[in-house]
Amino acid sequence: MSSAQGEDVIGAAPAGNAEDATDAVLSVRDLSVEYIMERGTVRAVDNVSFDLDPGEFIGIVGESGCGKSTLLFAIAQLLVPPATVTGGSVIFKGRDMVGLTDKQLAAVRWKNLSVVMQSAMNALNPVKSIGAQFKDAMRAHGVAAKGEIAERSAEVLKMVGIDPVHLKSYPHQLSGGMRQRSMIAMAMLFTPDLVIMDEPTSALDVVAQRSLMVQIKDLQERLGFAVIFVTHDMSLVSHFSDHLMVMYAGRVDEFGPTRQVFDSPQHPYTIGLMEAFPSIRGPRVPLTGIPGSPPDLARPPAGCRFAPRCPQVMTRCQEESPELYHVNGTLVRCFLHADEGDVGQ
Amino acid sequence: MTAEMPDARAGSPAMEVAGDGPVLLRTEGLTKHFHIGGMLSRSYLHAVDDVGISIGERQIVALAGESGSGKSTMARLLAKLYQPTSGEIYFQGKPLSAVRSRRDVLRYRGEVPMVFQDPFASFNPVYRVSHGVQRCLKLHRGELSAPQRQEEAERVFEAVGLTPAADVLQRFPHELSGGQRQRVGFAQALALRPKLILADEPVSMLDVSIRIGLLNLMAQLRDEQGVSVLYITHDIASARYVGDRLIIMYAGRVAEQGPTEEVLASPRHPYTQLLLSAVPDPRAPLSVGAETDRGEPPRVIDPAPGCRFRWRCPLAIDECSQVTPELSELAPDHDVACHVARSGAEVKAFG
Repeated sequence: MSSAQGEDVIGAAPAGNAEDATDAVLSVRDLSVEYIMERGTVRAVDNVSFDLDPGEFIGIVGESGCGKSTLLFAIAQLLVPPATVTGGSVIFKGRDMVGLTDKQLAAVRWKNLSVVMQSAMNALNPVKSIGAQFKDAMRAHGVAAKGEIAERSAEVLKMVGIDPVHLKSYPHQLSGGMRQRSMIAMAMLFTPDLVIMDEPTSALDVVAQRSLMVQIKDLQERLGFAVIFVTHDMSLVSHFSDHLMVMYAGRVDEFGPTRQVFDSPQHPYTIGLMEAFPSIRGPRVPLTGIPGSPPDLARPPAGCRFAPRCPQVMTRCQEESPELYHVNGTLVRCFLHADEGDVGQ
Repeated sequence: MTAEMPDARAGSPAMEVAGDGPVLLRTEGLTKHFHIGGMLSRSYLHAVDDVGISIGERQIVALAGESGSGKSTMARLLAKLYQPTSGEIYFQGKPLSAVRSRRDVLRYRGEVPMVFQDPFASFNPVYRVSHGVQRCLKLHRGELSAPQRQEEAERVFEAVGLTPAADVLQRFPHELSGGQRQRVGFAQALALRPKLILADEPVSMLDVSIRIGLLNLMAQLRDEQGVSVLYITHDIASARYVGDRLIIMYAGRVAEQGPTEEVLASPRHPYTQLLLSAVPDPRAPLSVGAETDRGEPPRVIDPAPGCRFRWRCPLAIDECSQVTPELSELAPDHDVACHVARSGAEVKAFG
């Protein structure tokens, strides 16, 4: 179980059964990330908090520029200037990742926490075979025995359904789906507690995408690691994630159990997103999408950041910014729910 | 194998008026092979093989398939950017191979313009967006005077929903959002008074919340300007949303084609069924069937005869590895290239 988030520290989790935060494998508190540039400061991630329990799958969705990738990078401590964590903490297995030295981080990466990037073609080294890259990662963590390396490399490759002969293959010899699978195999080398995935399927077509999602879910259930999965396509995670976080303009707009968010979306933005997808089944109905485009975060709107595009906007929305309110087990940042829910605490 | 346009056509949501005009463009045995490897290599990549499709007037035809299925090569062939290896394209009944002179090619490109996938790369960043439209007008409609060109530019910008047009025309590409830039792409095409717009994945780079707006724009251009659109996509759901007709390509060949609703309601090619079963649908319960398919791309380098889907097809029979299946009309205007389907057996491979 998991998750609560808001300006305040957790407490009541959306699913209702409150649990001690120390059980969480990852605990993000009031995390803010800013891009500090000459022309001004852009707050790409604004006060995000959530908990992730062992073996939990959380989906983070949002449009380009909503801060979802920045959030992932902040969690994995992969940010490079001008992006800087300006507030909050990322407690991974009881230790705050913010402020760790490169050496301390290196000990954690691959071993306890792996990251699978969007483009495997760019993440893999083109001049080294897959096996050599696996070996690098294992040696970096003190596994030196040749036999052990070979055995484990073959094992993880088999886990993702690739014939171990491909340990000798170079990235360009594999298809897009196989490259992405080998990235996932590499992430499994040490059976980490947390795997962070940044749109790993977006370069694949629909059949390969579906197959990879089923595989990730299967591995997760067998090996018990937690997953943070970022995507712009919310239908992709609809069947796979336990909790779903909808981000807009650097903030969490809605957060709750995935099925519930899909079955009864509360935030006008979430509702708009749901209605922006044409369906493959059922009657063909005209859709409208969401008019307008996301705000420039260098000059965010004064009140609710979705107000300029919101079909249900009120005067209040343009003046003050809504808190996260509890609504039937989900957290919703919208004044429409200000009366029914208590502030996210 | 090329079906003439019938009357039976399911309307897409935004469509009320679309007519069943005569065939605007059709292809016969259209084939494009690329030579690969070094000078001595005799390998050919069969990007498009023996494709016969037709596009009617005032019609949106969705061409769907996975990466490597040959759908972008089709667009480039139709845009006359590639010479076909063999086969012929007929535009308004006339063979395209006869269009040779600079003037004729220019006229054809004006009638069949292309809208590209990446709105972030297809505009010159140092020019205002009026530049592209003005150039199109100067090049293709030389009879217009400067004030007329400005008027026409404003008209097409308004037609694609970029208002106030005079103001938007003065902006630079970086001042516009992805969705707006893609609208500029359509406006440029529209300035040429096109008959058919070739749109190669026009929405795949855009955020989901604004994709629908562009799809609606295509339907609107069809209804209000009478333009046909070849909508190339890998997203079946959006193909269903705007497409009057659906063509599914696999490994350079047409696997199945017909009226969109008919094809999606009763898909007969195993590949179409696989594609449909893989589409994530949050409204439907998850069905994890015997999904062993990994979505490996097809082999199209010097392919041997036989069905190119047979390695992935659970229903493949001996004939599939010997004879390449031809498209045959299994239901009115619904063509399928599959031996099993043609034998009359019920095809239920996936989903």
